[in-house]
Order: sequence, then C-alpha cells, then structure tokens
Amino acid sequence: MMHGPVSRRVVHVWGRNFHVFLRTWQVSFLPPIFDSLFFMLALGYGLGQFVQDIGGVDYPRFVAPAIVAIGIMNASYYETTYGSFVRMYYQKTFDALIATPVTIEEVIVGEILWGGTKAVIYTALILPILALFGVISLPGSLLLLPLGLLGGLLFGAIGLCFTAWTPSIDTLNYPSFLLITPMMVLSGTFFPLDSLPSTVQYIAFALLPLAHLVSLARALTLPSTAPFAFFSLSWLVVATGLVMLLSVRLMRRRLVV
Amino acid sequence: MTSPVILADGLVKRYGNLVAVDSVSFRVDEGEVFGILGPNGAGKTSIIRMISCTSPVTSGRLEVLGLPVDGFPRDIKARIGVVSQENNLDPDLSVYENLTVFARFFEINRAEASRRADELIGFFGLSEKRDTVIESLSGGMKRRLTIARALINRPSLVILDEPTTGLDPQARALIWERLRALRSDGATIILSTHYLEEAERFCDRLVILDRGKILLTGSPGEIISERMSRALIEIMNEPDVRAWLDQEGISYEVYGDLLQITTDTPEDFVRRIVAACTPQRLLVRNSTLEDVFLRQTGRRLIR
Ligand SMILES: Nc1ncnc2c1ncn2[C@@H]1O[C@H](COP(=O)(O)OP(=O)(O)O)[C@@H](O)[C@H]1O
Ligand SMILES: [Mg+2]
Repeated sequence: MMHGPVSRRVVHVWGRNFHVFLRTWQVSFLPPIFDSLFFMLALGYGLGQFVQDIGGVDYPRFVAPAIVAIGIMNASYYETTYGSFVRMYYQKTFDALIATPVTIEEVIVGEILWGGTKAVIYTALILPILALFGVISLPGSLLLLPLGLLGGLLFGAIGLCFTAWTPSIDTLNYPSFLLITPMMVLSGTFFPLDSLPSTVQYIAFALLPLAHLVSLARALTLPSTAPFAFFSLSWLVVATGLVMLLSVRLMRRRLVV
Repeated sequence: MTSPVILADGLVKRYGNLVAVDSVSFRVDEGEVFGILGPNGAGKTSIIRMISCTSPVTSGRLEVLGLPVDGFPRDIKARIGVVSQENNLDPDLSVYENLTVFARFFEINRAEASRRADELIGFFGLSEKRDTVIESLSGGMKRRLTIARALINRPSLVILDEPTTGLDPQARALIWERLRALRSDGATIILSTHYLEEAERFCDRLVILDRGKILLTGSPGEIISERMSRALIEIMNEPDVRAWLDQEGISYEVYGDLLQITTDTPEDFVRRIVAACTPQRLLVRNSTLEDVFLRQTGRRLIR
C-alpha cells in the first residue's frame, strides 16, 4: 500500500475548519460553557449533597476533572464523527480537497488535528468556570490544556475511524450510544472505579480511553490522587498513534476508489 | 514537437468486476479543447478522475503534463484545475472565501489569493454575490464559482466534468461564453458532456465513449463527414412517400413516424420529392454527432 506523504499542508486543512469555526464563534463557544455549568450545578452541588467525600475529596472536586475529560472527548469525537461525515459525505469537501495538491492523508490528519484543537478550545472555556467554583487547583490545572490536545487527538482519531466505517449518518448513532455513552459512565467519572469489581476495573483500564483521560485529569486538578498517571499517559500516547494509523487506513479504503 | 498535455494508452478502470473504462487511448495537445462524450455510465467521470489523480488507474499508461499520474500526483494537481460533476463548493463559506480558502491548498499567499479571487469573481460575473454564502446562489452561479475556483492556481490544464449539466439554457450559454474566453487565452481544456450539440460547437477534437470503449474519435467535422452525408432530411412516414422512395431506390431509415434520408445534395432531393408527392412535413438539417451516434449504436445519446 502506497502512503502519500504528510506535509505542512495539513495546516491548511486544519485552517479551513478553524476559519469556519471562527465565522460562528458566538455559537461555537456556548456548548462547553453551558454543559460544564449544568454538570457542575447538577452533579457537583445537586447530587453532591447526598454524597460523602470520596477518598477525602469532596464530591464537586472529584467530579470536576471528569467534566473536563468528558468535554475533551465530546469536543473532538463529535467533531470527527458527525462534523467530518457531513464534510465528507454531504458537502464533498474531502473530494474538493484531494483535487488540490493536498493528499488524503493530509485531509485525515488535518481533521484529527482540528478535533484536537477543538478539545483544547473547549478545555480553555471549561477551566475558568471550574476555577470560579473553586474546584480545581491552579496553576497545575493549566496542564489540562496540553492534555486536551492529546485526548482530543485520540478521540478525534477514534471518531474518524467510525466516520470511515459508517454507511450513513444514522448508523453513526451506534458507536455513540453503544460505546461513548457507557464509557462516559464507566470511566471513573461520576463514581470511583475502585467501587466496581476488580475485573471491571481491569477491563476499564485496558480498554477505555476515557478512564485514562479522567485519571490523568484528576491527577492534575487534585495532585494528591496520581497513582497511575504515568501509565495512563503512556497508554494515551500509544493508543493515539495506533488509532491515527488505523483511521488513515480505513479512510483510504473508503475514499480511494 | 511539444509533448502532449494528456497521453492515455490502454487506460483501464475497474471497480470490482465492473470494467468502467476499457482500454482507452487518446492524446490531448496544448491549447486544444478536448471533449469526452458519451451517455450516462459510459465512463467519462472515471477517466476524468484518473486524469485528476483522485482515482487510481487500474492498468495502462496515463501521463498528464508529461508526468505519470501514479508517480507525481501532487505536482500534477498543482498545475491543473478540476471542476467535478458534483457540486463541492464549501457551503460554510462565502463566495470570496470559497476562492481564498481554496487558494491556501495551493500555497498561494494571502495577498495574491485575495487579488486572484476578486479578479475571478469579476470575470465570472459574481461581484454582487461576493460576500454571500453559497446557498443563496443559483445553480448557474454555483457552477461558475466552481469553475472560478478551479482557476485559482492559474492551471495549464482545466478539466471540467459535465460543466453545463442540469442548468437552464441561459445559464449554459453563459458558461460556454466564459469557457470560450478561457480558450482564447490559450488554456488547454478537457471536458465531458452528454450534450453532443454543445460539444460539436466547442471542441476541437473529441472521443465518443460507449460502455467504457471509444466508439468514435476525431474532430466533430471529421467524425460526421467520414460517416454520414452532409445533410439529413426528415419526412413524415407516409405510404406515398415510402412508395416513391422505394421506386427511386433511395435508402431511408425509419424512426417511429419519421423517415430519415441522408444526402450530400439536399436541394436536389427536395425538388424531386416535392414534384412527385406531397409530404406532410419535411425538414432539412445538417447531420450532427447525435445522428452519427444513433446510427452507430441504434440508441439515442440523450433519452
Ligand atoms: N465508485 C464506483 N464504484 C463502483 N462503480 C462505479 C463507481 N463509479 C462509477 N462506477 C460505474 O462505472 C461506470 C462508469 O461510470 P462513470 O465513469 O461515472 O460514467 P459517466 O461519467 O460517463 O456517467 C458506471 O457503470 C458506474 O456505475
Ligand atoms: Mg459522470
């Protein structure tokens, strides 16, 4: 199989998406702000009233890093599934791009890079809100921004794999509710993983990218809770590399006819 | 002698078991307007996508601007402009942005992109729509913008896949008029269409494809004159007319309630038939590519 080279033209693919994002920035900026606000109020303070502290951490502080991690996941995953699918299938943007000196590989990497960037933007919007609630420690939590990029690249690449696979926009709902939604609950987000049977814990840490993202985010906002931080970071880096390669393969198979 | 702009030799495109392009050979020289004609499914888009380096060649040789498509796609794509059959303008962007954002993919700097965009917007009569989003454009305007976008990198070869399909006659005329201007600037143009009549007027040379194979090739004039008499006469299919034709030993073809006769001396024929019987309807016209296609395949190209 012949792989076209990936050059700095990736930036132009990324730039096209960024340009469109800025055109509608007033709308684009709202979802992460409101999502995190509601999550914080409903879970942190609503539900939190009924929850004892978790391992010496009060519930709003426990849930805050999970809200960031979920924000990172949603920002990039939904961008490279529904967003990329609309560009690829309905708008034929990919077809227009590959008729220029841009290669298919550059289109794919550019889309994933944009997913990662969107995750960083969302993180940057969520952090001030959490800071206002006083539930994250600064300046350590600013490291969530580069973590947003890493997590965003991974979920962006995962999303693009499903985009390469899906026959229609409707079937894209399957990975969303069969994988993303359960993962959102089972990744140590709203309750700690060690309250689950140990086999489930092993499976979660072997397979669920969000579990690692949450555990790293928590290590950054609550420096006292960092048992597996290095393992999680390595897991995310390796997974990102592998899934990106896979997404290029799957997309080539779909687009090169 | 200059090397050809496009050289196809035994070109084949297969999708699974389906042979869409079946060993096609042709060449296009600099400054030529070259037409790829044929009914739907003949393989026009498949050939155009291989030339545009967006679809791999199954087998055979294909060189564009002197470079083999499988070795130098990036270099080739930098020097061609492609108008694809399906609209792929960016609906998230304005007319102007569609051109400037596209220019970045060719590494054209911002100032130059902006200059070229405004020049092209003027050339294609879109100045009033410069800052509107794509949705509010008519079909003809969208197609003109797509052509404008294909010219942003000042291509040496412009490739258009059915540039006028789906447009009303007025919008089509406008597009041909702009393409004619492009042609007189010396651009090499390759286009596909299933409007034989438009191709006949516009193309220097063309191939007519049918089911992936080249059926006819040459200049429109050559193709017609080599296969048919100059004029074509259509007469209402009536018994007395048929009787007279049979008696005179003039051969004709029957198409429903019409009889067709081809001749190089239409004036003489009309004088004789009018003297002999009174046909209800009689039409004399020049033979066209459509007539050649019909005679060659027994099918009309446009159904
Ligand atoms: N991506 C594809 N996969 C499978 N078959 C295809 C594909 N694209 C075109 N074909 C088939 O190849 C043949 C030629 O198609 P095409 O090149 O689009 O013809 P035209 O442009 O002349 O209408 C048709 O039978 C068409 O159905
Ligand atoms: Mg076609």
